[in-house]
Amino acid sequence: MHTVGTKVQRVDAVAKVRGQAKYVDDLSTENMLVAKVFRSTVANGWVKSIDVSKAKALPGVELVVTYEDVPRIPFTTAGHPWSLDPEKQDVADRLLLTQRIRFYGDEIAAVVAVDELTAKKALELIEVEYEEYEPILTVEDALKEGATELHEGTGNILKKTEWQVGDLEAAFAKADCVFEDEFVTSRVQHCHLENQISFAYQESDGRIVVVSSTQIPHIVRRVVAQALGIPWGKVKVIKPYIGGGFGNRQDVVQEPLNAFLATLTGGRPVKLEYSREENFTTTRTRHPIHFKIRTGVMKDGTIVARDLEAISPIGGYASHGHAIVANAGTKYRSLYSQEAIRYKGTTVYTTTPVTGAMRAYGIPQVKFALESHIEDIARAIGMDPIAFREKNLVKEGWVDPISGNRVNSNGIRECIKRGRELIRWDEKKAQLKNQTGPKRRGLGMACFSYNSGTYPLFEIAGARIVLNQDGSVQLQIGATEIGQGADTTLGQIAAEAMGIPFDKVHVISTQDTDVTPFDTGAYASRQTYVSGMAVKKAGEEVKAKILERAHRMTDIPLQALDVVNGWVVWAHSGEQVMSVEEVAMDSYYNELTAAPITADVSNNCRVNSFSFGCTFVEVEVDMPLGKVEILEIYNVHDSGKIVNPLLAEGQVHGGVSMGIGYALSEQLLLDQKTGRPLNGNLLDYKLGTIMDTPDIGVAFVETYEPTGPFGAKALGEPPAITPAPAIRNAILDATGVKFNELPMNPQRLVEKFKAAGLI
Amino acid sequence: MFDTGNIFEAHSVKEAIELLRSNPGAKLICGGTDVLIQVREGRLAGVDLVSIHQLPELTGVTMEADGTIVIGPATSFTHLAKDPLIKKHLPFLGQAVELVGGPQVRNVGTIGGNVCNGATSADSASTLFALNAKLRIANSRGERVVPIQEFYLGPGKVALGQDDILTAILISREDYEGFGGYYIKYAMRKAMDIATLGCVVLCKVKDKKILEDVRLAFGVAAPTPIRVPAAEAVAKGQVFSEELVEQFGKAALTEVNPRTSWRASREFRLQLVEELSKRALRQAFSNAGGEC
Ligand SMILES: Cc1cc2nc3c(=O)[nH]c(=O)nc-3n(C[C@H](O)[C@H](O)[C@H](O)COP(=O)(O)OP(=O)(O)OC[C@H]3O[C@@H](n4cnc5c(N)ncnc54)[C@H](O)[C@@H]3O)c2cc1C
Repeated sequence: MHTVGTKVQRVDAVAKVRGQAKYVDDLSTENMLVAKVFRSTVANGWVKSIDVSKAKALPGVELVVTYEDVPRIPFTTAGHPWSLDPEKQDVADRLLLTQRIRFYGDEIAAVVAVDELTAKKALELIEVEYEEYEPILTVEDALKEGATELHEGTGNILKKTEWQVGDLEAAFAKADCVFEDEFVTSRVQHCHLENQISFAYQESDGRIVVVSSTQIPHIVRRVVAQALGIPWGKVKVIKPYIGGGFGNRQDVVQEPLNAFLATLTGGRPVKLEYSREENFTTTRTRHPIHFKIRTGVMKDGTIVARDLEAISPIGGYASHGHAIVANAGTKYRSLYSQEAIRYKGTTVYTTTPVTGAMRAYGIPQVKFALESHIEDIARAIGMDPIAFREKNLVKEGWVDPISGNRVNSNGIRECIKRGRELIRWDEKKAQLKNQTGPKRRGLGMACFSYNSGTYPLFEIAGARIVLNQDGSVQLQIGATEIGQGADTTLGQIAAEAMGIPFDKVHVISTQDTDVTPFDTGAYASRQTYVSGMAVKKAGEEVKAKILERAHRMTDIPLQALDVVNGWVVWAHSGEQVMSVEEVAMDSYYNELTAAPITADVSNNCRVNSFSFGCTFVEVEVDMPLGKVEILEIYNVHDSGKIVNPLLAEGQVHGGVSMGIGYALSEQLLLDQKTGRPLNGNLLDYKLGTIMDTPDIGVAFVETYEPTGPFGAKALGEPPAITPAPAIRNAILDATGVKFNELPMNPQRLVEKFKAAGLI
Repeated sequence: MFDTGNIFEAHSVKEAIELLRSNPGAKLICGGTDVLIQVREGRLAGVDLVSIHQLPELTGVTMEADGTIVIGPATSFTHLAKDPLIKKHLPFLGQAVELVGGPQVRNVGTIGGNVCNGATSADSASTLFALNAKLRIANSRGERVVPIQEFYLGPGKVALGQDDILTAILISREDYEGFGGYYIKYAMRKAMDIATLGCVVLCKVKDKKILEDVRLAFGVAAPTPIRVPAAEAVAKGQVFSEELVEQFGKAALTEVNPRTSWRASREFRLQLVEELSKRALRQAFSNAGGEC
């Protein structure tokens, strides 16, 4: 391979470094109006009355709308592909603005003014009276007798999932020992650098244009149209460069309201930009999940039975709601094998910030529980934790009994071996025996398996290539660049498939739903694998057309030709026949046969693949201060063929730092009486800084995934999965104390060390 | 977009005082790293600002004939930490202010703003308490000097009137000569964070082992920075030892009364008070030339 597997420079590097890359705010126009949302200051209740007359009277205010003024069309914000099967559609439980308050910060009214300051002042002039109910902050509150229902007829339950494979009770009966435990994960936020932002305007023909910081432009288009009750073709969505997403922008958070406001301003564009505080608590958050787990094992360390229950308070609206808890169940099946396994997942409405997609979609939660539990079992049965895992790992050829997805490549054993060597596990284990004193060191590890995209759920991707006269191409993709480097890796796949140099591929980064091929967007670690398949297909089609024309130009048999490095060559010897440029010129200007070469493909990906990997970590715990210092950390992946090693490494760095924050410091807190967010800002929410981030060791075990483009599979989300359980296991190794709740922050550590008599 | 009123740029302390006097409600701004946060939060919405940013007469560090060190309040943390007089005589103050925020904040934020903002968490304040710093304050009626302990009135409240300007932070020779010290900022992050507890110990060591003088001060242990005389008394005049360190830590607990809040529990704060006092004492002893 020529381009795939090389460290080409990312296509947007120079634009971003020079500040030339245009983000939503950079595209603002001069006469732009500014919108602000009026939000509830109670967590649960109704708006009894609202008076916006003073706000309307403020000079500079163009428009004030309330829940009384918006269409009564419930819609869903979840960034999933649409389903023709009503049973599989997301729950439509939102209105553009609401009278019924379902969490602190719920959206009651909106103001449009000439500038931000005026809009803010207008918000302060809105008077509202609430009928207030008790906030529902926990699953227990939501399900207790007499709890107010957040959505009528639900009993506050969004959904329940249950599945079982094998005879669970027989398998438990056979087990030599059975272990039970509980784990709790925390509510965290994506904290992408650029806050949620969009602007919208109405064209003279009535179409609405929304420019948005989204991961999913085609889905935004559909949801905006649904929410406004207009034909989908009346909406056009443009996605420029965006400052991160991590799943928060796989949700249609603000575009429908913004589009609606734009219909009321006579064509003037309206910008809606959330503050950091709004971004924290009124966009989306990661599901906190409470797990109850039971595992049956034989004396020799064979796992025979597993049972897991997950319950999550998902906030006031469904959003991605249940899909994430369901996904936690799916990935729980696919790392270790056993005779019987059961899962129960429940999602519950609570008056808390709405949960949604966040990097690895439920899996950091479930792997924290599972890999901590596995560690504890190994220690309890006196087995080496690595050997215990290795004994039970799934093997190549394993088929998921429910999804039917098959493991065709599996480098998990090599990943463990690499991680173990890199951290010098065996040598350090021996050194770390019998420690005393206030500071102790420990080693931990944890493993994961993951999928590449969502199949057997719907996976459609599109790509378009146009060959220019000079032998270069434009590549258009429906999948979006969100900082992860998708434009570059997809450009590499295109170059490889066509046989032209990478610098001849001009990637069109902006998506515009009027012209961009249909693709559901950036999520689920799907771009390289799923969108990559579409790009490869388009590239192959262009290459075939180049060869066909070269054959007709030269009479050299088709099968004797190939395209290599921008040249049509004799396949057997590499001898150059003519440049791709020459073929391209012929395709444009041959008066008899001209037909410029393009490809416009869609790929309905009906396959999936499994990524694997692990984290190895060494920590030092300062017990009297409750501080954990990460001395060394290695995050090792089998993501199949690595398309761009440099970008892959960057992806791992970001994911690990996210995982470390999840482990040790991040947690969005709510006032337990009112449900008001306490720390929704970057000072009080303890997102780590670069000073808190250790050197991150990265390694790849390259397997070849036969179903993936050039052997590739998922890498986007996996780096964030295992740091937390690995760190938890290292703290256990250092101190003998088990932490089953995230985050493992200093106060919690000190409390437990005191209870254990260690300080 | 910030909701401010008029912004006046003063060219001298005198002019600044005059601007404050003639614009009732106007607020002094130096680096603005506290003021602008308050404006953004709406607490100072629409406020008129009088800027003393980088006024030469308020910037820099000098020494008077009697050895008093005079710190200009408009000196940025970055400049303060690099100042030769600070490095020589008050290295622990330089060490403390190097822990403020991040490089950008330290380039803009000033020690005067830190003190006048009145936060108990101010990273320079506990060290200034331990140094018995005095504050020179000017207004349209004249000038006065106030000990820092009397300056802090409560959370965010300091003894400044409408046209008062802090013009110098004064450290007397007897308060720094021969002292070594160490400041520990305990926070949840290694940068860009406000202290959960700040703890400083200054000490003077005789014969490499006797603690001739010991000063202990905390930020965030109370609504204002505090000194802890009970702990100081335990250690003063004693030979340094691990038992003494233990007693010192226990004595520190007797004069604090922290509350439980969502940021930290009372128990956790007490644990930090004891542990940080001990660690700061050990390090300050060593920095002051002590040997164990
Ligand atoms: C991102 C960030 C991180 C921060 N991190 C820290 C930290 O780690 N530790 C810490 O202690 N602080 C921190 N701060 C707070 C702030 O930077 C400091 O308090 C700084 O010292 C304030 O100085 P300034 O010159 O910017 O003050 P300003 O904001 O200009 O003023 C602060 C207050 O002092 C008054 N004032 C200023 N100068 C005078 C004077 N000469 N006479 C009378 N009154 C005066 C002002 O009127 C105002 O009330 C942080 C702030 C930010 C934005």
